[in-house]
Amino acid sequence: MIKYARRLYMRRRVLMFGWEFPPHNSGGLGVACFGLTRALAQLGLDVIFVMPKKLDVGAPWARFVFADMPHVKFRSINSTVTPYNTASTKTSLMSVRNVNGGQIYGSDLMSDVLRYALAGREIALEEDFDVIYAHDWLSFGAGIMAKEATGKPMIAHVHATEIDRTGGRSSVNPDVFELEKEGMEAADVVVAVSEYTRQMIIKEYGIPGSKIRVVHNGIDEETMPKAGAWLPRLRQLKNAGYKIVLFLGRVTLQKGPDYFIRVAKRVTEKNPKVMFILSGSGDMEGSIMQLAAQLGVSDKVLFTGFVTGPERYEMYSAADLFAMPSVSEPFGITPLEAMKTGTPVLVSKQSGISEVVKHALKVDFWDVDEMANKILALVEHPGLSQTLSDNAITEANQLTWMAAGRKVDSIIQEVA
Amino acid sequence: MKSVCFYFQVHQPYRVKQYRVFDIGNDPEYFNDRSETDLNNRRIVEKVARKSYIPATKLILELLKRHPGFKVSYSFSGIALEQLERYVPEALDLFKQVVDTGRAEVLGETYYHSLAFFYSQQEFERQVAKHRELVQRLFGVWPRVFRNTELSYRNDLAHWAERTGYHGIIAEGWDPILGWRSPNYVYRPQGTSNIGLLLKNYRLSDDVAFRFSSKSWTEWPLTSEKFGQWLNEAQGDTVNLFMDYETFGEHQWEDTGIFHFLENLPNEVFKNPHLDFKTPSEVVHAYESKGEIDMPHIVTWADSDRDLTAWVGNPMQEAAIKAIYGLEDRVLEVNDHKLLEDWRKLQTSDHFYYMCTKWFSDGDVHAYFSPYESPYDAYIAYMNALSDLRLRLDKRKA
Repeated sequence: MIKYARRLYMRRRVLMFGWEFPPHNSGGLGVACFGLTRALAQLGLDVIFVMPKKLDVGAPWARFVFADMPHVKFRSINSTVTPYNTASTKTSLMSVRNVNGGQIYGSDLMSDVLRYALAGREIALEEDFDVIYAHDWLSFGAGIMAKEATGKPMIAHVHATEIDRTGGRSSVNPDVFELEKEGMEAADVVVAVSEYTRQMIIKEYGIPGSKIRVVHNGIDEETMPKAGAWLPRLRQLKNAGYKIVLFLGRVTLQKGPDYFIRVAKRVTEKNPKVMFILSGSGDMEGSIMQLAAQLGVSDKVLFTGFVTGPERYEMYSAADLFAMPSVSEPFGITPLEAMKTGTPVLVSKQSGISEVVKHALKVDFWDVDEMANKILALVEHPGLSQTLSDNAITEANQLTWMAAGRKVDSIIQEVA
Repeated sequence: MKSVCFYFQVHQPYRVKQYRVFDIGNDPEYFNDRSETDLNNRRIVEKVARKSYIPATKLILELLKRHPGFKVSYSFSGIALEQLERYVPEALDLFKQVVDTGRAEVLGETYYHSLAFFYSQQEFERQVAKHRELVQRLFGVWPRVFRNTELSYRNDLAHWAERTGYHGIIAEGWDPILGWRSPNYVYRPQGTSNIGLLLKNYRLSDDVAFRFSSKSWTEWPLTSEKFGQWLNEAQGDTVNLFMDYETFGEHQWEDTGIFHFLENLPNEVFKNPHLDFKTPSEVVHAYESKGEIDMPHIVTWADSDRDLTAWVGNPMQEAAIKAIYGLEDRVLEVNDHKLLEDWRKLQTSDHFYYMCTKWFSDGDVHAYFSPYESPYDAYIAYMNALSDLRLRLDKRKA
């Protein structure tokens, strides 16, 4: 009876397990968690957002970030972790289920994930909430343990899978894969960031399609990075008559940087006044530089290394085209950021974003000739660039986190 | 007496294949796609003929036999007739039989279904003349009523048509132009004295062309009895039902009952002794003009704007149409038949329509049919082909 009354009259309380939050994040996951959490708070839900990091919520940045979220409470556990590393320890959730108040030794990512899982159980027993919400495999352990301890319904939000990260099944880390699978199986509802990802979850993880819902990411002004220091250098290039094609993302197999270099070769053979800028760092940096040298395009490709938030904004604005040739991209928020600045984008068809936006050039990541065809058309025909730019801004402005929040809200109402 | 005036548009463009930048200078064929996609012109023409032109024309022939008072009219683009002659001679032969009955009028238009009138009057006149010659050769008739591509119309088009000897011209019956007046009368275009203006009754035309199979429409299902009743109730001298011929069998599939509807419609019309069928020429001669219609700006039959923005509304379309007409002097100078033909085939309005981004964001794919994945792909293929054409011109001059 009490539970029923609460259903009707009280705000739903969500226990949300995340991994990162801006500005302390290195990827799109933090931005997504931020956008979604704020939208849910505005829709009248209470969110307890848990992070595996030592977090001083009294710090100035925190006051700034959380200023407009009175219904969001932040909790953290003590842990020093970095995402997107490759986990190596052969441990599984099974082995920590029986650890009671004990210690997990090890400093690798998988140990951190398991530590987080244990903490998840503790926090779940302390907090009052209606539904558990976990983002990606890093926090699935915490979600599963919280569900086992309380019996509350669980929603698993999949932003990326191990299959995307490794570009195929052969190099998949089996521990990560297992934890992803276990999390999705334990969940009452799985949220996928795209239909592309939903299909992958069905095919690779054997999760029934009926319990997977698609909620596309959004983009808000506030999640956009602002000014930085790259502009003068880019302006010099433009003054010299160069058109700029930009890659911005982790330099890993998943993002297709090698295709970016191959297309640079194909494009500059036809038009030497195009400069390719590769921004980001990652495990393929060395081999990508080597590939550029091998193909004889070292002078046509500029490596900037990792660029921070503000500099990203300048990169987007200065570029004539933003290219995301990802081999497998569950969503892909960077093209949306570029579109917001009015920069035309080219995205691979193997991405979630290509199902969301219409005003983008789309290619198969492996079709280097077609990619070159489109890039050359864009730099040579101002009519194409202008039409894409006009429509990109309008389209990107329609894709908000509030729209995503509404969908998640209705899923929460359904399970809790 | 009140008349029902049918005019059917028969048109198929030469779609540009996926022509890449690497093809420029290496491949002078732009329209020869042989894939299983909708860029394969031969495949499309054969499919549309099988689903629509052949069964619809057989039915029209049968109706002409059955009802001595039944009449229709057609406007064929030259490039549609060309493709039918090459790929589906059976369909062309059926059209000839229909025209041979003497109760089917053939209208005049541009051979290449182009918007040349608004970009180059000389080129426009050459295309109209070429079309007239083809209609003469195939059907042995001389068009006396003119309709321009996409029903695009402006006062000066009527002035030209009157000077050229047409006694009728066709336009959209668009409310903001008509005001309180009805499209169901013959009018006189502004500044003319010897030519009649026929206006499309878009409500009744679209009931058949667009809404016929729409189950969300309150009038669905549309029977020939009901439609005959609406024709009876319509006020005026003539109800002008103008539509794409593909309405029968292609836009509205056979299983929607569209052929059955068409087959029974004459019966319904002839139930009323004050209703008959007339061709556009007959309408112009039978009824007095009810006044002057002034259209100083371009009006078309397209979407809710009824202007040219579906063809030249964004920077891509503007750049493309400017580029193609910008080559006119050079193309005419070199006197190369194949080059001239390719240049003209690239003027067909469909190419620019495929680049339209107007309704693209709304996901309204049905309103804007295109064989390309996106308007951007359409533009890229077109501009690449145009670059090759320019290269061929350079070579000819050198």
